[in-house]
Amino acid sequence: MPRKRTTGTEVNGKDAPSNRPLPEGLKAADLVDYYTRMVQARTLDERIWALNRQGKVPISASSQGHEAAELGSLLAAEKDGNYFMFPYYRDLALKVAAGLTPVQVMMSFMGKAGDPYSNGRQFPLQGADLPHNIIQISNVVAAGLTQAVGYAMGCRMLGADTVVLVYFGDGATSQGETHEAMNFAAIHKLPVIFICENNRYAISTPQSSQMVVEEVASRAAGYGFPGFTVDGMDLIQCYEATREAIVHARAQGPVLLEMMVERFMSHTTDDDDRRYRPEGEVERARERDPVTTLCQTLIEEGILTQDQADEIAAEALRATDEATDIADASTPPDESNLLDSVYGP
Amino acid sequence: MVVKSVIEAVREAIREEMERDPKVFVMGEDVGVRGGVFLATQGMSEEFGADRVIDTPLAEASIMGIALGAAFRGMRPIPEVQFSDFVWPSINQLIGEAARACYGTNGAVQVPMVIRIPYGGGIRGGLFHSQNVETHFFHTPGLKVVAPATPYDAKGLLKSAIRDNNPVVFLEHKKTYRLVRGEVPDQEYTLPIGKADIKRPGSNITVVSYGLTLHYCLEAAEELASQGVDVEVVDLRTLTPLDTETILESVKKTGKLAIVHEDNVTGGVGAEIAALVAGQAFEYLDGPISRICGPDVPTMPFAQTLEDAYMPTADKIADGLRKLAAY
Repeated sequence: MPRKRTTGTEVNGKDAPSNRPLPEGLKAADLVDYYTRMVQARTLDERIWALNRQGKVPISASSQGHEAAELGSLLAAEKDGNYFMFPYYRDLALKVAAGLTPVQVMMSFMGKAGDPYSNGRQFPLQGADLPHNIIQISNVVAAGLTQAVGYAMGCRMLGADTVVLVYFGDGATSQGETHEAMNFAAIHKLPVIFICENNRYAISTPQSSQMVVEEVASRAAGYGFPGFTVDGMDLIQCYEATREAIVHARAQGPVLLEMMVERFMSHTTDDDDRRYRPEGEVERARERDPVTTLCQTLIEEGILTQDQADEIAAEALRATDEATDIADASTPPDESNLLDSVYGP
Repeated sequence: MVVKSVIEAVREAIREEMERDPKVFVMGEDVGVRGGVFLATQGMSEEFGADRVIDTPLAEASIMGIALGAAFRGMRPIPEVQFSDFVWPSINQLIGEAARACYGTNGAVQVPMVIRIPYGGGIRGGLFHSQNVETHFFHTPGLKVVAPATPYDAKGLLKSAIRDNNPVVFLEHKKTYRLVRGEVPDQEYTLPIGKADIKRPGSNITVVSYGLTLHYCLEAAEELASQGVDVEVVDLRTLTPLDTETILESVKKTGKLAIVHEDNVTGGVGAEIAALVAGQAFEYLDGPISRICGPDVPTMPFAQTLEDAYMPTADKIADGLRKLAAY
């Protein structure tokens, strides 16, 4: 199983990446691929925030600081190949990396026709992206957890060996449905991986006001399945933890993975975290930026050169510029769309 | 045809659909070995196995959320809410999520799910075993709402609901379960969701109702017939989509409308029907639209006197209809 048990974990530990071999199942090309996706997601995320300030994007929940957790788990799921995901509202990077084009992303954020998630009905990247194995109906926290458990049960009933990954923040762990979902998944030994992206803030409320326990992962013991805390700023560690969790989930049932991350931006573009976060906290967190950390690792390992890294960044910027222009010039959904699809066929 | 009770008709519909389609399954509190508290799923655990007749923890939010997730995968879950009064913990999954899933994904996601809910009073159930919950679902686009009154309608509509690709709230009035009996064909049949049924044709007054009070309306209509007033009784059977055509046609024929339901009067189904008729058949009316409904108290109380005072009975309905007939 991943790393360590929930007590005495090596959270944020100095497990120097340069000393370790490539993890099981990974090729150097995978890491370059995922680094490229991560840079693209970050570049889009930053542009989206800027577009909000220009009045072109009504709302965004940034995933800056969460990218390693989101992409590390996605990498493990993609390597496995038989998976479905129920993300939450801070999974911008996950949803981008899962396969959307930058143009599709910008269409969604600007509420244009052709938004792949909901055709402009919902907040950006919310609804469903079935080609990339994603459903996220709402942003009611924890609502996706019971649905993910039911999805896994449906897969089992149909004889499919699918693993379901459900993502949520530390805030969602306070909801009663989190308990109900974990309990049911445990009773039926369903292959569900509960991934808590713990940034220690439920909007403005710090973890100390949300729970008494130090680690969300410790809650798993109450349901009789394993829980682990991993460094969510380290893509490789998140990949390894998820890969092992997938094996466990298929064989024995649910796993809770708590990925310790940092929220670099305010809760959303409508929030100002200077009102509740201690001065300097975000700046210190940014010293462990998952994008630059992965870049350094790949360069140190000789997997990537600085020139190649610069090219990746330039291409991400070019694609973001292009996507911004295309989406900005695109038409919004026609008014006639308002009354469509209240019911299915 | 054989005479059966409502609960027998419900049980037959579930069993037949489970035999027909392996994607159909039941989940809920005590639905397995116990066969449900009303025995709607009696014998099914033995017949279909515990994997398709799932006893759940006593936790309604997860019953609804898990059923919804299975529906996303293409299963056809039938979650049972043991009593309507217990639906509230699950309401986010039902009204917040299931009802919005198709619209919120621009039609990409379907929810083929039937939420069976025993509801209603007159059985000394008090505040938490008697509730009428239909208006909350009636108000919610994305849900279909079915409320049959007879064994024949219950079976045919439940089979259609199970085959529907949308979340269908299927309301079964508890007092009708064993009290109401009627002929049910031996051969396979379904009934269309969204079609009302004229249970008693008449020419002087239209009475629109559903569920238990439909039967009280029929009793009242008999009483008025002996006094020379010919009452047409329209059984909605489905609340959403509402069969506006049948309601309007009937009112255009009779010129008078009364709506009867056990649910609270304010903001109820009757209010919407009154608005429909006032808006689209105004010139045909020759009397005020009348509502004979439950009063605005939080469900009928436990004490017999108070419960009786709450219920729209055949006598109360007949009184209301006589006043309307006088116009």
